[in-house]
Amino acid sequence: MALITCRDAAFAYEGRVVVTGLNFDVQQGNYLCIVGENGSGKTTLMKGLLGLMQPKSGKIETGDGLKSTQIGYLPQQTSAQKDFPASVYEVVISGRLGSRGILPFYSKLDKQIALENMEKLGILPLRKKSFRELSGGQQQRVLLSRALCATEKVLLLDEPVSGLDPIVTAEFYSTIRALSRDTGITIIMISHDIRAAVEYASHILHLQNRQIFFGTTEDYVQSEAGQYFLKGGDHYASDH
Amino acid sequence: MPLIIEMFSFSFLVRAIVVGLLVSLCAALLGVNLVLKRYAMIGTGLSHVGFAAMVIAGVIDFAPVPFSLPVVVAAAFLLLRMNESSKIKGDSAVALVSTSSMAIGVIVMGMTTGITLHICNVMFGSIFAMTQSDMYISVALSVVVICLFVLFYKQLFAVTYDESFAKATGTKVEIYKSLLAILTAVTVVLGMRMMGALLIASLTIFPALSAMRLCKRFLSVVITSAVISVVCFFVGMVLSFGLDLPPGACIVGVNLIVFTVFSGIAFVRKKGIA
Ligand SMILES: Nc1ncnc2c1ncn2[C@@H]1O[C@H](COP(=O)(O)OP(=O)(O)OP(=O)(O)O)[C@@H](O)[C@H]1O
Ligand SMILES: [Mg+2]
Repeated sequence: MALITCRDAAFAYEGRVVVTGLNFDVQQGNYLCIVGENGSGKTTLMKGLLGLMQPKSGKIETGDGLKSTQIGYLPQQTSAQKDFPASVYEVVISGRLGSRGILPFYSKLDKQIALENMEKLGILPLRKKSFRELSGGQQQRVLLSRALCATEKVLLLDEPVSGLDPIVTAEFYSTIRALSRDTGITIIMISHDIRAAVEYASHILHLQNRQIFFGTTEDYVQSEAGQYFLKGGDHYASDH
Repeated sequence: MPLIIEMFSFSFLVRAIVVGLLVSLCAALLGVNLVLKRYAMIGTGLSHVGFAAMVIAGVIDFAPVPFSLPVVVAAAFLLLRMNESSKIKGDSAVALVSTSSMAIGVIVMGMTTGITLHICNVMFGSIFAMTQSDMYISVALSVVVICLFVLFYKQLFAVTYDESFAKATGTKVEIYKSLLAILTAVTVVLGMRMMGALLIASLTIFPALSAMRLCKRFLSVVITSAVISVVCFFVGMVLSFGLDLPPGACIVGVNLIVFTVFSGIAFVRKKGIA
């Protein structure tokens, strides 16, 4: 049984279909990269996978007893307000809420996990600072730590490296790879960094308002769509 | 000082102070979430619904708190739904509910004679309003509100800070939004007797806004807001007693002063202390 299965799914905003023909499945331990140009429907699909949006047609099924409390998520644009008074630590530990559930306060373990994830992304010294006073890249790292805190089985990341400097980007990729290898956590990442995608991912899903390619990374680099996209071409679908 | 001692010699005043302190605390705690979640209008809307409910309770001669409570809680659910349904229409919907309930209250008031004093109390608050049994209900309910707030503090934070993240990672956000609305409804009903329908909403907004001028962390905003609210309530009560003015207005006045001072400090800080 696959962790997530997408069958003929299509998504629409107010009746306008933006992405369609989605047929793929994600197995436990996969590292899936979703690629495609701006506006191709990647974020929309991710919202669908998270249950924040219902498909207009088709189905998204979860298997292996996957619960939403086991999912970590990094949004492309946080829905939180810019001037919200919250410290870095408060934001990061809120990622533990799903697994803590109804029990009051956070446990010692929750606090320890939050500190470890801040350490991993090098933001431990910032933990008492106000989130709104950080730089864009620092904020991105805080939200990544929060996502890591929430992750038990699946981690969904929407353009995680945007705004990160090259050193932190490299560290981030190796953190994610280690997470995927050592803990068997499933990674679903949207990325415009196609070279990193083919280097790290086990599977690629290429969108262009419809599904152009889904399969293993080896097959993708051989495929027409992959060859074209890797060369830096953009409008694959419209050129053909 | 002798003024304060004198205040505590009146049992009705002691009752008013005990309940008022607890309600101020509830309002300040919830207020932080209401303001940050852009739900401040719900507090105002509910106080107007509460006004109508109190007037009707007075006319049919029914105990005001038990009568208003279910009405205002139901209105809280309604306002929450309206607020969700669409962003722009949401706050006009709240205004619609507020003004309609105000109208119903005034019409009911106009159809009956001889209760003008009662209406004045409902609008502007009265410290004589609190009976012994009112006090027991109010104390019990405010303690429940405070306990629920503390128990679900982290959920309320998560839902207020980033609702879609909370939802995506498995938190039942609808439940906690409803909880926030219900707790607000209870606080509004309890506070209305003393603060008056016109002023109770400010009790949820002012302390939170003042605290946000200076604090940068959520927990410190919550604590500062609670302290401001309790202190302002007490100072306002003393002024009200000393100057023989309506308590609600005095308390809001003190809150306004605190807000102005805090804003001033924030402004000076921003300019880099020259
Ligand atoms: N809230 C919304 N309401 C209406 N249309 C939307 C909304 N969000 C996205 N769209 C539309 O849906 C399409 C797909 O958007 P989506 O955000 O999924 O793209 P994306 O692949 O994530 O792009 P990017 O690489 O820029 O992040 C776009 O044409 C966009 O205009
Ligand atoms: Mg996107």
